[in-house]
Order: sequence, then C-alpha cells, then structure tokens
Amino acid sequence: MADNTTPTREPARRVFATELNDATFTFKESEDDRAPVYVLLPTGEQANRVFVVGTLTETEDVGRDQEYWQGRVVDPTGTAFVYAGQYQPEAAGALRELETPTYVAVVGKPRTYETDDGTVNVSIRPESITVVDESARSRWVTEAAERTLDRLGALDSEGNEYGVRAQEEYDVDPSVYQSAVVEALESLDELDAEAEPAEDLSSGP
Amino acid sequence: MSDIQTAARDIHEEFTDHLDIDLEDVSARLERLVSEYKVPLSEARRSVENHYLDEAGLERDDLASGSEEEVSIADVNQPEQWISLTAQVVDLWNPRSDAVGQVGLLGDETGTIKFTAWAKSDLETLEEGSVYRLENVVTDEYQGRYSVKLNKTTEITEVEDEIEVGDDDSTMDGALVDIQSGSGLIKRCPVEGCTRVLQNGRCSEHGDVEGEFDLRIKGVLDDGKSVQEVIFDHEMTEALTGIDIETAKEMAQDALDTTVVADEMEETVLGRYYRVTGPVMGRYLLANEVEELTEPVDPDDVLIQARSM
Ligand SMILES: [Zn+2]
Repeated sequence: MADNTTPTREPARRVFATELNDATFTFKESEDDRAPVYVLLPTGEQANRVFVVGTLTETEDVGRDQEYWQGRVVDPTGTAFVYAGQYQPEAAGALRELETPTYVAVVGKPRTYETDDGTVNVSIRPESITVVDESARSRWVTEAAERTLDRLGALDSEGNEYGVRAQEEYDVDPSVYQSAVVEALESLDELDAEAEPAEDLSSGP
Repeated sequence: MSDIQTAARDIHEEFTDHLDIDLEDVSARLERLVSEYKVPLSEARRSVENHYLDEAGLERDDLASGSEEEVSIADVNQPEQWISLTAQVVDLWNPRSDAVGQVGLLGDETGTIKFTAWAKSDLETLEEGSVYRLENVVTDEYQGRYSVKLNKTTEITEVEDEIEVGDDDSTMDGALVDIQSGSGLIKRCPVEGCTRVLQNGRCSEHGDVEGEFDLRIKGVLDDGKSVQEVIFDHEMTEALTGIDIETAKEMAQDALDTTVVADEMEETVLGRYYRVTGPVMGRYLLANEVEELTEPVDPDDVLIQARSM
C-alpha cells in the first residue's frame, strides 16, 4: 500500500539474471515524476531495487562522448548487464578499475531500454558495486533461490496483484524460473562436491 | 524467584518499618499490573510504591535509605540513576580513548547493556564471560540508548552464578546494501548533553563549534524480504570496518577530506552479509554485535524444496 507521508525503502529483490532479463514490463504506482519506477518480475513481484552477486567477467567503456561503462555480471543462470555513467561516478569508477574476473555485489535500480529493432533489454543502474568473496556469492545464490521460490509459491495466491499482472504481461511459463533455481543450486552442490574429498582425508574416524 | 517476587520483597522491605504491609498483597498488586495490564515491571513497581507511600502518608524521599536499587538491565530506562546490577560480561571492546579503562557489553536474563569503566577509577579488570555484582554504577543515555558507567565508588564482586543472558535484542541477517550520509568520520557538538552531528562545522542548536571526531555508520541491512536501518556506533563501526578513529583521521588528513573515510568503508562492507544484534529504537537497530557471515550455507534444503514444487 502506498503511504505518501513516510516513504519506506523496499527490499532489494534477489533475482537471477535469467528472470531479470525477462522483466521488461515497467510501471509506476503514481503520476508523480519522482515516483519510483518498478519492473514487474515474471514471478509476480514489483522491484524498484535489486541486489545481485556474481562474477564480473567483462567491463567495457561503451560511451561515445563520455565514459559510459558496461559490466557483465554472471550468475549460474545467465548474465546481468550493469551500466554506469557520469551520474553513478562511484560505480563507474569501480567498473573502470576492477580487474576481471572477480566476484562483485551490485545494488541498483532495474531499468529497461528499447533497442532500434524494438527489443526491450533490462539492465541495472548501479548504486554500488563492491568486490566480495566466494562465500558471499554462494550465500547470494542460495538466497536468490529461496526468494525466487517464495515468489513462485505466492504467484497464484489470492490478492497477489503483481502475480496476476505478471501472468497477464508475460508469456513465459513460470516453471522456467523453478528450473533455473534447481540448476543454480545444483551448481553450488557441485562446487561443494569438488571441495569435499580433501576434507575427508583430514578427518579421522 | 520471579522478577515480580523479587520486586515484591524489595517493596515489602522498604515499607515494613512504616506500615503493616503484607507481602502477598504487594505481590498481587504487582502481578495484576504486570500480567493483566502489561505494565513494565519498573513502572508497576513505581506505581505500587506510590500506593503504599499514600497509605503511609510518606514522600518518596522518606524511603530512600541511600542504598541504590538492584535492577534488571531491561529496566534501565532513565539516565543518571545510581543502580546495582548483577551481570555477565558478554563482550569486551577496544577502548576508544585513554580515558576509558574498559568498554563492553554486560548481560543479564533480561537483556544487554553497554558499560564503560573510566581508566582513572582504577577498577578491577572485568573478564569476559565472568559474572559480577556491580554496586554503584550510573546509568547514562546516548541517542536513545542506555549504558552504565563504572566509577571510583563502584564495588565489583565476582559471583559464581551462571547467567543465561536474555535478549530483548533483535538479530537480523542480511546484506548491507547502503550506507547513508552522515556516516564515516563525523564531528559532534561538544556542548554537554548535545552530541548532535555537525553539518559544515555547525550544530543546529549551538551554531559554530569546535567539533569532536567520532565514527559512525548509518546503514541499511536487507534480507530481500525486509529492510532495517542500523546504526553502528564508534566501537561497532571499528569492528565492522577495521578502521579505527586514528586511522580515519589520518586518511582524512591525507586527502584533506573526511568523505574518503566513508568511501573506504563502503568499499569494505557494502554487498556483504552480516548478522547484526542489538536493541531496536524507533526506526533503527542499534548494533551491539556484528559478525560477517562467511560460513558456507547449505543449499540442500532449498534444493529439495525447489525440486518438489
Ligand atoms: Zn550542539
């Protein structure tokens, strides 16, 4: 419910890249120019901020007259695109300076833009990009999995207006996001399996 | 013995010289206020005492025998009270200045509270994990948060009791997603009791003043379901970032700019996962403990759930 007297900050949604890239439908809750822009997640939730952790694999200055940095942040399901220019000086600085590959955490606003051929692309306009370690990355994968399952579980719940809207706006079968969750978690398990034998040798009976 | 019974006995003792007072009656009055009317025990106690004061035709001062009250930590709700506590030393932090001998966290069954022992008071050193009876400590309040100060007159007795430290505290796990303005190396108004954060060297109440440096982070912890604003005070900021105030001052001096400190802190903490514990005051959780969550999480339960959907 909108409360105009005390704007409350909304949680940063945990969204896998595959779902974020599908979230091409945007809307505002009010006519006010300053009202936040939301993307509608296909799993049925509004997002005006996202938190993603993944591997920054490439950075590139794609600006013409001024620096405009693109970063590719890869999670087990796909690649999220991050763009930072003069209005995000700290994030742009991070993209300029970071060595790739490295694990990063990105807090930012989801944004959509339409290409010349009419395709709508989704990207993140970062508020911060920071280097994190692998533990944060795997914690995020598990957390994003949980939150995605939460959303899927509530998709058809009574009174979930965003669930209804998502199913109206998007053609995608939501079960693809469930499969993405399974794949993402399995990729973590494989990492664990690789790490385990060494532990077994060191531990006695 | 329950807290109510303890309080009832205390009240009974206070009035027994003045009134034909019945312990069960005291107990019943407290019980009614606390259980039925959800009045905090300290308030219930005040109210019941007032009843007997009326009955005895006495003023509150007539009762005060000079000995301070033994109180529970959760009942500390006024500054500048002389009290006694029996509490365990839950945590010890690095003193921020030479004037401070020890600083840390005390806990009893009802909660936790910060304590400071002045170096000049030359007190016995408290050990982490030990339980002490602390007589004659003074309560203090800073930005809505209570603490106790140990002083020259404080009597410290180690007791063999074990205390199950309770918490009125909240704990939240989440990613630190934002650091708000007014964080990092800040200056506070030095006027006694003011402590407002200066904006461009000005206190909103006292105008231009020579500020005192302090460290603070106002951050946002976010678990994807809810957000919680958190204040990390001087000690907690240091614990969180590894930057102490001397280092922060040097950084600011080298850059001729205090904002470099907050920038550096952001790089160190944003996007990482923490468990933060402390009391909630209004919109803020006041961090008493902070721990970075680096242990691997087991994805198996979530995986089972995902496959079974
Ligand atoms: Zn002032």
